[in-house]
Amino acid sequence: MSTRKHARYALIAALLLGLAACAPASTTPTASQPATSQSPDATGQVSGTITVFAAASLKATFTQLASDFEAKNPGAKILLSFAGSSDLATQITQGAPADVFASADTKNMTRLADTKLLDGTAKNFATNVLEIAVPPSNPASIASFVDLARPGVKVVVCASQVPCGAAADTVEKAAGVTLSPVSEESSVTDVLGKVTSGEADAGLVYVTDVIGAGDKVKGIPFDESGKAVNTYPIATVGSSRNKELAAAFIAMVTGPDGQKTLSDAGFGAP
Amino acid sequence: MKQAMNGGYGGVPRWIYVLAAAGGLFVVLPLAAMVAKVNWSQFIPLITSEASLQALGLSLRTSAASTVLCIVLGVPLALVLARGSFPGQRVLRSLVLLPLVLPPVVGGIALLYTFGRQGLLGRTLEVAGLQIAFSTTAVILAQTFVALPFLVVSLEGALRTAGNRYEAVAATLGAGPTTVLRRVTLPLVLPGLASGAVLSFARSLGEFGATLTFAGSLQGVTRTLPLEIYLQRETDADAAVALSLVLVAVAVAVVALAYRSPRAAERAPAHSGERTTTARAAGGAVR
Amino acid sequence: MTFSVQAAVAGRGFDVSLAVGPGETVAVMGANGAGKSTLLNVIAGLLHPDSGTAELDGRTLFDLTAGRGQWTAPHRRGTALLAQEPLLFPHLSVLDNVAFGPRSAGASKAAARETALRWLAEVEATELQSRRPAELSGGQAQRVAVARALAAEPGLLLLDEPMAALDIHAAPLLRRLLKRVLAGRRAIIITHDVLDALMLADRVVILENGRISEEGPTREVLRRPRSRFAAGLAGLNFVAGGITEHGLRAGVLNLYGQHHDVPGPLPAGQPGVAVFPPSAVSVFPSEAHGSPRNSFAVTITDLEPHGDGIRVRAGDGGQLSADITPAASADLGLAPGMEVYFVIKAGAVAIYPS
Repeated sequence: MSTRKHARYALIAALLLGLAACAPASTTPTASQPATSQSPDATGQVSGTITVFAAASLKATFTQLASDFEAKNPGAKILLSFAGSSDLATQITQGAPADVFASADTKNMTRLADTKLLDGTAKNFATNVLEIAVPPSNPASIASFVDLARPGVKVVVCASQVPCGAAADTVEKAAGVTLSPVSEESSVTDVLGKVTSGEADAGLVYVTDVIGAGDKVKGIPFDESGKAVNTYPIATVGSSRNKELAAAFIAMVTGPDGQKTLSDAGFGAP
Repeated sequence: MKQAMNGGYGGVPRWIYVLAAAGGLFVVLPLAAMVAKVNWSQFIPLITSEASLQALGLSLRTSAASTVLCIVLGVPLALVLARGSFPGQRVLRSLVLLPLVLPPVVGGIALLYTFGRQGLLGRTLEVAGLQIAFSTTAVILAQTFVALPFLVVSLEGALRTAGNRYEAVAATLGAGPTTVLRRVTLPLVLPGLASGAVLSFARSLGEFGATLTFAGSLQGVTRTLPLEIYLQRETDADAAVALSLVLVAVAVAVVALAYRSPRAAERAPAHSGERTTTARAAGGAVR
Repeated sequence: MTFSVQAAVAGRGFDVSLAVGPGETVAVMGANGAGKSTLLNVIAGLLHPDSGTAELDGRTLFDLTAGRGQWTAPHRRGTALLAQEPLLFPHLSVLDNVAFGPRSAGASKAAARETALRWLAEVEATELQSRRPAELSGGQAQRVAVARALAAEPGLLLLDEPMAALDIHAAPLLRRLLKRVLAGRRAIIITHDVLDALMLADRVVILENGRISEEGPTREVLRRPRSRFAAGLAGLNFVAGGITEHGLRAGVLNLYGQHHDVPGPLPAGQPGVAVFPPSAVSVFPSEAHGSPRNSFAVTITDLEPHGDGIRVRAGDGGQLSADITPAASADLGLAPGMEVYFVIKAGAVAIYPS
């Protein structure tokens, strides 16, 4: 009987684990050292540590930018945390120790500005537009946005609740085409995943996602994408303890070096 | 355990109670915090929106279907694991239990490469006119994958506890293996089967990762309640919290049911007069 | 039309050959682990022996002699098993429990219940028919289990210590019932109780270490035990050794005694046994002299109450016993570890070849 009881407890425990897995773990910085305020030294360099909360779509570019920044400023350390913009905004609202917030949409940045959680005003640093992603073999022979509405074509898009889904809605309206997607994902990564795995014939993702996926997908640009341009703002968080370093990092992102890296990744100019 | 409940020697040091209380709080407090966040004035409209109701309905339907599938596949598995004796039995048991410890998203990926369009069986199935990707069937498969071990573990435990003495007697009385299974084994382990099925149902209901990875997310087709919560969270925190509460309520009801049914069976003999040797033997077998 | 079995299970050192005639009941006795349950399980088909054959009324139960591998499944053997615990199916009513055998044999529900009612009447348990097993006392449950086993109409009934789990009030009732239903029925009953063997069995088989050490009509085995186990059952002291002209020699021990079985002088030189009741043994503090008596020094290992008196266990592993009065024990100041003399009249010692 006791073994049986134990087995049941184990089951319940595993069950709760399973339920817990419903809520995906949000990415939080693993280490957030207190940023010590330090003035730039004689050579104009900044030092200390800051934590940057950046939208998931910025992962590749911001990782690159942070390492470039650290190379130029040996005393500086940039900790990065990537997640969906709304997750990050919520975490900052709840007091997460972020110094810089880079959002994939203006909506979440406005949310923080409205609650007086920003230091100064946000600055737009990049734009992103949608593109059709298809498997390399393009099994459904997609050539334009209208092709996506053909019966039998398995299209995956983002749900309207998330920015990429809202953009897709706008594009649909502009093109006068109604899509019947087989799935409306919660994140653009999931849309891309369905295309790279070959489950879907096509997906609506950002240009940068197509470039980031390399040869796993083929991108098909379309004119209507210009109707829904996603703007990326960046700002210093009000509670930052090293605003100097934060400002320096933002300056680098918005400056020529940062813009070059962003444009290489497919982002448009603000 | 029974002794302690009757006021006998419990043998638990006091400080253990302190830690136990902390452990209890650790589970209860977050749930309470969530309940505190519920926007009660909007609660009913939030959980009765079309999207919510469709998600709840889909969750209940797919969980019921995957529970049936778990029983169909899990009962034979449990029987073979508990009663059979063949090379590789231990390996098979470990493999069957793997989804218990595997992150569900891994299960989703594995299913994708099996039943997906490009998958191991997917191509054949597609030729046969069956498309699993992005269908409700995919949701059921994902749920079955993660829930099956619950049924197998639960039932195998029940089978082992019951032992095979009743079955041996039934055989010497002239009952063939199928008759023994139908008239002796299954009725004896019914409480274990029931609690296994209930746990499978609960696990199916909570399934998220494998579904998201494998089945996609479309209202009324593949977007189950956990997926709806995940999506609502993006824009409408109140809706997400309200739906979470619904899911918690359903899960609590289901787990309570799983705990309750075997207890009731356990108590039954005690109600009817003296506990005789038969009662002990029977009780020992069905617990 | 007979039942015979010959089987060996190497892993358990089990090798037994046994036949049971029609209408015969055989009691199997032996110490724990002697192989009694192994025997029943092999016959019932619950245990696969390494080799051997068995047949029941012309049907082969198994034939595992070299080159063959015939094996009849338990449910096709007609060897119903009644265990120590009743093992009534807890989810079925008493009536459906008893009807289980007939139902499994293909009888209709109504016919099976009719048969079940007949057997319930036979064990005087008709009034229990609608109860659940959990609502029965141990004795009632075992009676129903007897009915269930008999309702399957087995060619050979196997009983594995059916009285062992019952309390002292229920056991005599069931023993009487078994005496009635086993009369003229072929059965093998495992028991620890010599009373069961005397009352229920025509023949007793003693198993020791997986082998039959002795078998014969129950009365005969108890009167002239040839194994230590059987002597213990009969409550007799038992010494095995070599027969001499005047008695039996076992190591340094010389016993004088009588023999009734063989006419003429004792067949000297043959292996033999000496048995004598503990009541014929006297205990002395020093060596006794006189008429043809056996007197030898032993060390007391244990003293235990036995009926109205005291049983003194002594000698090699406490295998010899003497029954004396409490007063005598007190007078002698007996205690474990003491050296005393056991004295036995030669007339009380029976010696015969083993």
